[in-house]
Amino acid sequence: MKALLPFPLLSATLLAVWLVLNQTVSPGHILLGSALALLGGWTMTALEPARSRIRRPRAIGRLFVLVLADVVRSNIAVARIIFGVPRRSITSGFLDIPLELRNPYGLAVLACIITATPGTLWVGFDPARGILTLHILDLIDETTWIDTIKGRYERLLLEIFE
Amino acid sequence: MIASPDLPAWAALLTALFVLLGAGLTLTGSLGLLRLRQFYERVHAPTLGTTLGTVFVLIASIICFSVLQTRPVVHEILIAVFITVTTPVSLILLVRAALFRDRVEGNARNFEWRAPSSERNVTSAPTEDRSS
Amino acid sequence: MSTLVLGWSLVIAQVMLALAMAAAAFRIIRGPRAQDRVLGLDTLYVNAMLLLLTFGIRSGSTLYFEAALVIAMIGFVTTVALSKFLMRGEVIE
Repeated sequence: MKALLPFPLLSATLLAVWLVLNQTVSPGHILLGSALALLGGWTMTALEPARSRIRRPRAIGRLFVLVLADVVRSNIAVARIIFGVPRRSITSGFLDIPLELRNPYGLAVLACIITATPGTLWVGFDPARGILTLHILDLIDETTWIDTIKGRYERLLLEIFE
Repeated sequence: MIASPDLPAWAALLTALFVLLGAGLTLTGSLGLLRLRQFYERVHAPTLGTTLGTVFVLIASIICFSVLQTRPVVHEILIAVFITVTTPVSLILLVRAALFRDRVEGNARNFEWRAPSSERNVTSAPTEDRSS
Repeated sequence: MSTLVLGWSLVIAQVMLALAMAAAAFRIIRGPRAQDRVLGLDTLYVNAMLLLLTFGIRSGSTLYFEAALVIAMIGFVTTVALSKFLMRGEVIE
């Protein structure tokens, strides 16, 4: 089983993408998509990605809702800064945040979240010291931002991946 | 005569609402490219278009085609997933390239660090001759 | 009535997206630095993709979806390659 399906989640995703792209659930396409999914899984073994397990699938839902709310809020905040009349001086700047998260998939998800919320941008991560560098458009209060990243996202990601 | 698909009233109004919201947010983000003064501030602006702007237009497209073809049409979700996964990669690379170029040219003083830099690997990269 | 509202909304949305593309094009022309131009190009691709999707809604044809997906992919690869070039002076090391 392990030799046939080395990455079950990846293969399932590939099959789902194939069916959605072709907009059909006909047996022929399911067969073709399954063949592609198996092939994709075998190709992935050659790349030897780091293995990881999702420990708390239920936390994913909570994280998704949290991120969705934050995306809407920060969209409004950034739109307000862009249209700011009269334009106040924006205090943007770089911010270093120490992280406990080390799982590469957790970090990748965190990068997606931080980039998807306008107003924050991932600049770099130093794996040796565990320090994440962000650029923040509206950097008035550093502790609020550190609390947001660490308290809201990192805690849930640690629950999910570690 | 303005061409538009023949939808029932509720679907037409919902589609119109989401298309306008999405286009408006994208326009706001692109105007940010003009209004903000520093490169590192301008990088934030287009993310309005790549997050909610795209999502709203895609929702409008899903509503329109699902009603037109009387079955769920959800392949637009693929674009949302693709954009969410690729935007971080391109923006992180772009910001790192900009930081590197600023360091090489020695004008790293015109932006503000709130804490010590963690980008030692960037500063120690070989400095070749680069013109903008 | 509602069809008319939808038609006009689509026209207005397309004008707004065209203006957004003009703003991105202005950033490409003005610069001032190369990274600003790359950022403008990235924004231009996303705006063009959204414009194609509104064309798809207007014509009721799903063909535009494929074009939008391809434009999104080309935009991503372009931005990554250009950023890499700005950083190292070459694309593949």
